[in-house]
Amino acid sequence: MQKLSSEQVAHVARLARLALNETEQERFAVQLGQILAYAEKIRELDLEGVEPTAHVLGLTNVTRRDEVRASLDRDEVLRNGPEVENGYFRVPRVVEEA
Amino acid sequence: MEVENGPGWEIVIGLEIHVELLTRSKVFCSCATGFGGEPNTRVCPVCLGLPGSLPVLNAKALEYAVKTGLALNCEIASFSKFDRKNYFYPDLPKAYQISQYDLPLCRHGYLEIEAGGVRRRIGITRVHLEEETGKSLHAGTSIVDSPFTLLDYNRAGIPLVEIVTEPDIRSPEEARVFLEELKRVVEFAGVSDVKMEEGSLRCDANISVRPRGASRLGTKTEVKNMNSFRAVQRALEYEAARQIATLRAGGRVVQETRHWDDAAGVTRGMRSKEQAQDYRYFPEPDLVPIVLSPEQIEQWRRELPELPAARRERLAREYGLPAYDAAILTASKKLADFFEEAARAFPDPKMVSNWVMGELLRLLKAENKELDQVPLQPSDLVGLLSLVRDGVISGATAKEVFEEMFHTGDPAASIVDRRGLRQISDEGALREIVRRAMAANPDAVQSYRQGKEKALGALVGAVMKETRGKANPQLVNRLLLEALREAKP
Repeated sequence: MQKLSSEQVAHVARLARLALNETEQERFAVQLGQILAYAEKIRELDLEGVEPTAHVLGLTNVTRRDEVRASLDRDEVLRNGPEVENGYFRVPRVVEEA
Repeated sequence: MEVENGPGWEIVIGLEIHVELLTRSKVFCSCATGFGGEPNTRVCPVCLGLPGSLPVLNAKALEYAVKTGLALNCEIASFSKFDRKNYFYPDLPKAYQISQYDLPLCRHGYLEIEAGGVRRRIGITRVHLEEETGKSLHAGTSIVDSPFTLLDYNRAGIPLVEIVTEPDIRSPEEARVFLEELKRVVEFAGVSDVKMEEGSLRCDANISVRPRGASRLGTKTEVKNMNSFRAVQRALEYEAARQIATLRAGGRVVQETRHWDDAAGVTRGMRSKEQAQDYRYFPEPDLVPIVLSPEQIEQWRRELPELPAARRERLAREYGLPAYDAAILTASKKLADFFEEAARAFPDPKMVSNWVMGELLRLLKAENKELDQVPLQPSDLVGLLSLVRDGVISGATAKEVFEEMFHTGDPAASIVDRRGLRQISDEGALREIVRRAMAANPDAVQSYRQGKEKALGALVGAVMKETRGKANPQLVNRLLLEALREAKP
């Protein structure tokens, strides 16, 4: 079974904004490898001419009418924010420029 | 920096345009759309990305996205699906945007434009449907030194189409012309109100340069933060010149995203400390695919209103207008509708066109207003022009009346009556005034007789002064000339 390289684990962790210590990196290298190996099983099948599955339900065209309904109460909405200001959520500055 | 697109260099531009669709509710939930609103009052568990909530596609958003594609001559996919585009940014509550990746609704279209007298066809790679992000506000004095970012999620989940062009555009001017035509097309199609100042149309650009005749494309940069069509042209002019200067000096263009600084008139590279973006698209499991029948697509095609190119052609033909007039009158659907409603009710379409292109556009521009923000109606203009035609008021007076109508929406006739502006066209009365003016200005009469034709102006002025500008000017001229000729010794 193929283990992921530590660079691959670091890359995936960075994309997910996760800080992993060395022990965790090692553990996930094994676990992610197992998951990939499981997905690889599909290669054992002859899939010539089989369309990729877009959705498992087999339903299509589920839509709703363009109608406005009540939104949430703002106090309720902002209750989830660690920091709020004048009706806004407040987060650390995100813009970066050279 | 001067643009250096002399014979030696070719500029290659592709655009990526986002347009908000004009639905009442958001694309995957029932919160209201619309500009403004108190922050975070048009949000619900779906558009806030709360756990356990599920999106359901707005049928109207689907229809408008397909109509956008049809208006841009695209092929419409019989099978289409949504995908998740994963990235972290505070304006994206779910940490992924529902978008379309490999199976967009529309592909392979084009839009014809005319720039610098040359007609060109710009390819449309794709049009897909996705959701808007929230809006970030930067507290503090500027973007750079603000310690916080404030977030309003009212915009999150408004339906958005992304329109991607082929790298077919060959100059910054062509890019601006393309955007202007695209704006008209989506507006005429009735799928968006395309207000760039409110952000319902936004544009990013990819640009590269290469020695003319080269077959390989140069390294491109992506230019962002252009907030007007004019800014797009300026930013691309700057960026093309920068790239050419870099290459001329023996340097190389770095592939990067650059930010347009409108005040400084320059593009600046954004810091790119992260590795190349990795969006890890995968099929959106919360939404099922879309299957469109040829009948459905045809029905939407039939429902499309007349688009700008067709309307320009028809206005020129039906009302006998010059191509120039037709182009200006179709600058927006509202303006074209206004013109046509007036032109149908007045026997001289060219006169209507002159007033719409002249006074109406002048006042709208001076007051920075849209046509639907003023009370003036097409019937008001017809009323005014009828008064001019019947000699009740002069053209100069009509401009005054028009300005009042523009602000109040009162009928021309009542403004004319209230302000006592009816023109004096009574020949007998005017002849008497002309005689008095000549008697009171013997010097002017003398000068005119000695061949100084300019002296006539003083006499016309005297008549106008006595009638407080209400004398019919053509009549005054004729009567004065007659009287001067008669009185000649």
